[in-house]
Amino acid sequence: MIFALLGVASVSHYLVVGAILFSCGVVCMAVKRNALGVLMGIELVLNGANLNFVAFGSNYLAADGRSPLGLDGEVVALFVILLAAAEAAVALAITLNFYNNHATVDVDRADDLHG
Amino acid sequence: MNQASFGIPVSLFASVTIDWHGFFFLLFAAIACISALMVVLSDNVVRMALHLVLSLGATAGLFFLAGAEFLGAMQLMIYVGGTLVLLVFGVMLTAQTQLVSLRTPAGDRVIASILAAALLAVLVQAAFSIESWQKPGQGMVSAPTATPLGMALVGVRVDQHAEEGLLEPKGGYLLPFEIVSVHLLVVLIGAAYLARAKRRRVPRPVDLVASVDSVEPTFSGNSDTTVSGGSE
Repeated sequence: MIFALLGVASVSHYLVVGAILFSCGVVCMAVKRNALGVLMGIELVLNGANLNFVAFGSNYLAADGRSPLGLDGEVVALFVILLAAAEAAVALAITLNFYNNHATVDVDRADDLHG
Repeated sequence: MNQASFGIPVSLFASVTIDWHGFFFLLFAAIACISALMVVLSDNVVRMALHLVLSLGATAGLFFLAGAEFLGAMQLMIYVGGTLVLLVFGVMLTAQTQLVSLRTPAGDRVIASILAAALLAVLVQAAFSIESWQKPGQGMVSAPTATPLGMALVGVRVDQHAEEGLLEPKGGYLLPFEIVSVHLLVVLIGAAYLARAKRRRVPRPVDLVASVDSVEPTFSGNSDTTVSGGSE
């Protein structure tokens, strides 16, 4: 059973790992009450997407030894990493500002604009 | 289970050719998925950060296994070394006792789990829907990707010259590179502006809470927060 699994590292398996990371990230974004937990969910989602980009762009995993996406997948994944860093910096600044003003990081308490 | 546990050492000695690529793929994939699950299931934000480090590090290992070694290094340096350190600093700056673990209501958890299972089922079904994705790779060792990536970012696609005729030559990424660099500059200024220390006439709520805590060490939690780790 285990050896039947060992022979495989195909694009599909990378996609499955990416799907699991994505689903975990979506749940994390939805249910966490700590603002930093929501941020961690976003990081997980971006990583799942990155994994898909890399898997599709990898010549190593392609069935015919040459992926149709080529280097573009890695370039897009690189941009995603950079933008995730930028997003984390701004979101953390907003979270700290919110913490300074409200003395909490509970996103359920961020209802000042509630009608 | 017994058969499997007996089967492994026998076939280990019988055939020495272990698929190390598959082995490390399974190892890193298991670490990434289990750590991601632990991020979701844990209520303590410090443990969530730790598990997120593990998950992203294992993802970097998967990048290495897919032949994207430059991207794996960038994942380790930027994500694990930069973004997560930033997050951990955020955790430390906001780590009051009652905020470290905010408990999620059980009903939300159940609904989210059902929705996530449905989403996961759709995604996994889609992942196995194309036949050419399921075939294991040829294991072609590709050239180092750092130089083609760097040249593509300044607009020259050296990887396209080597395979001329197979694909239409695509453009480089000079404009997205410029946009991202300006975007990073804007983000730097914006983050510094948002997080700067402001001069205040009235004391901040944080300071009020801190002073109350110092006067009255016993914390009386309200209904929706839970206190964890009471040892001070």
